[in-house]
Amino acid sequence: MATAVVSDSGERETYLNSGYGLKSWLLTVDHKRIALLYLMSITFFFFIGGFFALLIRLELLTPGGGLVQSDTYNKLFTMHGQVMVFFFVIPGVPAVLGNFLIPLMIGAKDLAFPRINLLSWYLYVIGGILMIYTILNGGVDTGWTFYTPLSTEFLKTNVISAALGVFVAGFSSILTGLNFIVTIHRMRAPGMTWNRLPLFVWAHYATSIIQVLGTPVVAITIVLVALERLFHLGVFNPALGGDPLLFQHLFWFYSHPAVYIMILPSMGIVSEIVCCFSRKRIFGYKAMTLAVVGIAVIGFLVWAHHMFVAGISLYAALIFSLLSYFVAVPSAIKVFNWTATMYKGSITYQTPMLYAFGFIGLFTIGGLTGLFLACLGMDVHVHDTYFVIAHFHYIMVGGMVMAYLGGMHFWWPKISGRMYPEGWGKLAALIVFIGFNLTFFPQFILGYMGMPRRYHMYPPEFQILNVLSTAGATILAVGYLLPMIYFTWSMRYGDPAPSNPWNAAGLEWQTHSPPPTFNFDEQPVVTWEAYNYDEMDEIPEIREVPVAN
Amino acid sequence: MSEHNSASEPTSEQTPEHISSLGSCLAIWVALLAGTTLTVAAAFIDLGPFNTIVALTIATIKATLVVLFYMHVKYTHEKLTGLVIVSAIFFLFILLALSMADYTTRLWR
Amino acid sequence: MQTSQAAVDEHAHENPALLHHFATAEQQKNAAGLGMWLFLAQEVMFFGGLFCAYLVYRYKYFGDFGSASQQLDIRLGTTNTVVLICSSLTVVLAIRAVQLGKRMALVFWLLATILLGLAFLGIKADEYAEKFEKHHVPGPSFNYHELLPGQEKFPAAERQYANPHHAEMFFSLYFAMTGMHALHMIIGVGLFGFLAYKAWRGKYTPKYYTPIENAGLYWHFVDIVWIYLFGLLYLIDRHR
Repeated sequence: MATAVVSDSGERETYLNSGYGLKSWLLTVDHKRIALLYLMSITFFFFIGGFFALLIRLELLTPGGGLVQSDTYNKLFTMHGQVMVFFFVIPGVPAVLGNFLIPLMIGAKDLAFPRINLLSWYLYVIGGILMIYTILNGGVDTGWTFYTPLSTEFLKTNVISAALGVFVAGFSSILTGLNFIVTIHRMRAPGMTWNRLPLFVWAHYATSIIQVLGTPVVAITIVLVALERLFHLGVFNPALGGDPLLFQHLFWFYSHPAVYIMILPSMGIVSEIVCCFSRKRIFGYKAMTLAVVGIAVIGFLVWAHHMFVAGISLYAALIFSLLSYFVAVPSAIKVFNWTATMYKGSITYQTPMLYAFGFIGLFTIGGLTGLFLACLGMDVHVHDTYFVIAHFHYIMVGGMVMAYLGGMHFWWPKISGRMYPEGWGKLAALIVFIGFNLTFFPQFILGYMGMPRRYHMYPPEFQILNVLSTAGATILAVGYLLPMIYFTWSMRYGDPAPSNPWNAAGLEWQTHSPPPTFNFDEQPVVTWEAYNYDEMDEIPEIREVPVAN
Repeated sequence: MSEHNSASEPTSEQTPEHISSLGSCLAIWVALLAGTTLTVAAAFIDLGPFNTIVALTIATIKATLVVLFYMHVKYTHEKLTGLVIVSAIFFLFILLALSMADYTTRLWR
Repeated sequence: MQTSQAAVDEHAHENPALLHHFATAEQQKNAAGLGMWLFLAQEVMFFGGLFCAYLVYRYKYFGDFGSASQQLDIRLGTTNTVVLICSSLTVVLAIRAVQLGKRMALVFWLLATILLGLAFLGIKADEYAEKFEKHHVPGPSFNYHELLPGQEKFPAAERQYANPHHAEMFFSLYFAMTGMHALHMIIGVGLFGFLAYKAWRGKYTPKYYTPIENAGLYWHFVDIVWIYLFGLLYLIDRHR
């Protein structure tokens, strides 16, 4: 039986106490510490993006432009979008939970390339600094999509610094994806075959494929935008023979798969939580793994559904519409399988499970409305309206953020060695759910009735729905602040967590909370299938060693 | 004392690393130079629409020789390497093909 | 009871190049190799965006692109292609040298690669300078007044000229693509310089030469990109 490493003063060695001081954190190569570095920075950008969202919602309380000028409003929604998309939703789950958990889940000591992992974080920070500079220097107002020739020819704002920030953050993403793929292929513990991997790992594997193959295309597109802006090239300028739609093709070739980068890791989280709190194996493990890979592959084939009314050929539009219907199939399979997992399960409603329920319902609504948008005839009417905004916020906020919070609660004991207060957790989950729906459901109606996106003035008859939406946003903000407060509180005052507080399956629960620097006291050898909730006694128990005497 | 690893795919552990013979290195070099000569010569002959196809075909043959022999893909036991290469080419092809599907059909009635 | 530091020390003693989180040198080598191939896959997509832009405009403005292509010096382009092919050979010979344990041969072939890379960059710089002189650099000084390919056989009054905007498009893409390629060459030359120094210091043996191998993969990739660039940029409609 392996023993934990205990220092002379009686303190068990964990990744948190194995070195103090700024240098030990800023020069760490421990994937768990890097995950926490990311947690700090990603939370920071979440609040910046959220701050812009609140300004938008404040402005939209009244039909006339009251609070800000039109040009300023353009900057608000642009900064909200760019910060949230590139600095929160895309990196969020992989950088924090993926980094922390993947080596633990596969029984490895670290990722394949720990120093590249640290480099990824520094690239993220540099990209973030460029974005902060952009904000402080007057912002950018291209819309998060940088469409040309507006961004290349006509705007005097900080397009290049914003674009550069996205470019650098993109390389952070590519390197993280590369690291995960190599880790999952090469660093699995003895006995951890592909078909025993947790679905969280499979989800990150599929995500990483998209990160590695998709992100470079938007990177080169951004380079072209910068060159065009600097040297007046004309690649995207119709006056010089260029085609603005070429920019859109290249941009969306990445940005559509990017939304699968945003959602696939969250789906992985939901699989883990649903199984644990239903005390059941996942229904259809093989189908779930094929589904995540299928979503990643098919997701690369549908990008021009963002361009249906931009001027592409009708025949191309038909092809992309059909392909967009196909991509919904694996997502739907996942929803069916989570539901089937819960059927006749022994369900309990702790906070992570509440978030998982929220995800399944809200992602379904978001996904179905995506199908409405994939339909050419319908899209002509609702493109560039609040219908689209509601659709993608249902997926990104109702989906990704909910799952992210669910995952943070589920793995918090492992990460911090502390339990969060369950009552507050449930309350915050409820507030988030109510706030979210109040914010975004009215936007489906607004969009259907014709309110355009990116406008801060609207006909007076739309006001009541906008006011409801703003009210919801305020409630949602409270729901997001609560976990910030009680997670911080728990780090000092929370109950010390055992190694497996949820009695969950998975190698990460077979080591201490918080884990030692090299993850396991001795190399695990896996002889059981994934999610073996019906045979938990087959797994060797770990000898609990509290952190301090 | 630590357990040795790993459930990863079987790698070229048992077989020693392949060392290319001097002959094969030079043979590929000569083939690449010959391909270059051929493609330049072909550019000066009017083949109509086939000029582009010939140029791309020769370029692809040269690239394949570099990948298989100089980059050792022919001698590796790793099937994963091949999968990575094929995936990259496949998705590049998707980008090119579906974008061109738009441009070539824009003027159709 | 053993501290984790002691386990690390024991590990390092077996093989100094082995990093602590890997169980065997073989695992580390395979991980590094897979990582490099994945990096090359993303490079394929990176250049791929430029190739997509090029494909679109070549399709739209074929004649004008043909005219602009003829402004490039095919002798310099072909020379550069030969230079890069030779440099791929020297890389392969460098790897052979380290596999056979020949340190000085390794250093020699690495330096040869660097020399050929610098030759390529020098010729490229010469080509760029020529473009400057002929006012074929996109931007405010761009000035293009050339015939479409094959127009010489018509009487002077009926000859059609290439659309200058479309020709500028060709040159925009020419500079973007060859410029990005040259940037990758410069990085490669720098990388090989660093490796040549380490090789001279004796760091690479038949048991451990992963950085040489992976740098070689990078270099061959950059060569392959040039093979396509040469065919697509320099050889349009040359027969006219």
